[in-house]
Amino acid sequence: MSNPAQLSTNVALDAVDNKGMRLEGNHGPRPKPFFTPKRIVLYSILFVACLYYLFPLYVMVVTSFKTMPEIRFGNIFAPPIEFTGEPWVKAWTSACTGLTCNGLNPGFWNSVKILIPSVLLSTVVAAVNGYGLVNWKFKGSEIFFSILIFGSFIPYQVMIYPLVMITRELGIYGSIWAVILVHTIFGMPILTLLFRNYFASLPVELFKAARVDGAGFWRIFFEIMLPMSLPIIVVALILQVTGIWNDFLFGVVFAGTQNYPMTVQLNNIVNSAQGSPEYNVNMAATILTGLVPLIIYFISGRLFVRGIAAGAVKG
Amino acid sequence: MTQATSSDEVRYQDEGKARRSLGRVLTHNLSAKIAATPMVVTVLVVFIGCTLWTIWYSFTDSRLLPTGDFVGFEQYERLFNTSRWNRSVSNLIWYGAFSLVLTLSLGFLLAVLLDQKVRFESAFRTIMLYPFALSFIVTGLVWQWIMNPTLGLQGTLRNMGWESFTFDWIAQSDMVIYALLIAGLWQGTGFVMVLMLAGLRSIDDDIWKAARVDGIPAWRTYLFIVLPMMRGVFVTAVVLVGAGIVRLYDLVVALTNGGPGIASEVPAKYVYDYMFTAGNIGQALAASTMMLVTVMIIIVPWAYLEFGGRSKKS
Repeated sequence: MSNPAQLSTNVALDAVDNKGMRLEGNHGPRPKPFFTPKRIVLYSILFVACLYYLFPLYVMVVTSFKTMPEIRFGNIFAPPIEFTGEPWVKAWTSACTGLTCNGLNPGFWNSVKILIPSVLLSTVVAAVNGYGLVNWKFKGSEIFFSILIFGSFIPYQVMIYPLVMITRELGIYGSIWAVILVHTIFGMPILTLLFRNYFASLPVELFKAARVDGAGFWRIFFEIMLPMSLPIIVVALILQVTGIWNDFLFGVVFAGTQNYPMTVQLNNIVNSAQGSPEYNVNMAATILTGLVPLIIYFISGRLFVRGIAAGAVKG
Repeated sequence: MTQATSSDEVRYQDEGKARRSLGRVLTHNLSAKIAATPMVVTVLVVFIGCTLWTIWYSFTDSRLLPTGDFVGFEQYERLFNTSRWNRSVSNLIWYGAFSLVLTLSLGFLLAVLLDQKVRFESAFRTIMLYPFALSFIVTGLVWQWIMNPTLGLQGTLRNMGWESFTFDWIAQSDMVIYALLIAGLWQGTGFVMVLMLAGLRSIDDDIWKAARVDGIPAWRTYLFIVLPMMRGVFVTAVVLVGAGIVRLYDLVVALTNGGPGIASEVPAKYVYDYMFTAGNIGQALAASTMMLVTVMIIIVPWAYLEFGGRSKKS
């Protein structure tokens, strides 16, 4: 009762971690014959829910392989009669964003250029923070941490204009470096929390023994802590890669027209293109943009769930 | 070994006490302090500094540049006399109320259904959660296409012979908010479902045994015993979903871009548009300060609970 919010997150994490959401944890009634009326209703509801979740994916894929005349025929359910890969080629190489007609591929590479340094930088900074907060507390370190967590709830719109001015002063506004800096800043609360909780769960004796042996701050970090934190690093990477790839606001504000990430270019292709809209190209472009996080989601599975359960503190 | 460490610790503490002169305080554990610089700078400059700056300049008449004179609450008066802002706020309230209630209840319902020893549970979970991995832009654009009145779902079903079928919410100014809701729920319910499922699985088995012995039907156990025990999970979910709702921006940009007219405008978009396209900084900052106030109303009670609990524990 003392601490419901934090407790619940821990509970969520534990349940995901320990039970791995396997069937053992179920609380449903005892196993019964498979086809009772109740089970039929149950599976029907779940089936209908899945239709709702899968329908957009199906529509995206089907539309992206159709030709425009076929789309104008007006049946979004129908699979393509005349199968064409052209919308995909166009989406990647020559779709127009209102200004240029280079397709999504510059956006993709911009996203990659933003993604890699942002993910690395934010993860490293957070790992050091977490380690410092657990093992090298200084006066006020907990207060800073509390404000950090609290600050993660402040709407970005509140801080965005001053940040524009700061990045302009630093001379990086309108370049990918501004986006990287902003991602590092706003990724810090949740990642720091993640690492702090992880390092706090390691036995203190490890740190103390190294300290007695005369190892300093960085040596303990690189030789003891870092090698042990692979699992949490993977969770952090998943969280950051999907989060940064999906970002729209920071890209559109800080990157500058030349460096727009994929999400911004996608939106420009679909929403500010002139002429009659090409829905098949739009859908191919949409799938292409969603592909990176989807691949990560399907590969990482349980770790993704763990990442968002941990991220649940911040959201 | 243990003794060596503990006596060592005492020695360190004693040293620490002896060294408490001001210069020493600064240089003690110097590398630890250097390592904490990014965090300290972020907290002081961004989270505190930028926020205070925004609040301060929301009281000026700055236009293209933040250089205006102090004008008191004038920007706020203008804000609440602007129909677009008022529409944004009412949209957010409606969207927020529906979204909060539906996300939580559907998330809980799906979690309970998946808790019934369902076959292929992990497949169901994967299907329900995948939209959460996608960008709001992707979600918005897919649903924009599905809801396209002539070629989307409505057109398709009409072509199939269901002439009266109507699903053109995206083009109706009084219904467009529900179009947003459908897309938002599609993306967000899976996440709440996972949180709730983890909560359900953490309930002690003995509770279930006791309820079964007493002959309480499963649905009543869920509703009247398990649900109250999951209060913590619900609080977390409310805070997260609530903070997400206030930030609602990308989805609107992709799905409707605020239209038709101003029918689906939201505060976050108002801020962005006044800041970067209309060039009215003071107005944008006043609007963003109002967003901050809203979030604080949600967060402060929760933070109070959390930090109250933490001090009790230590």
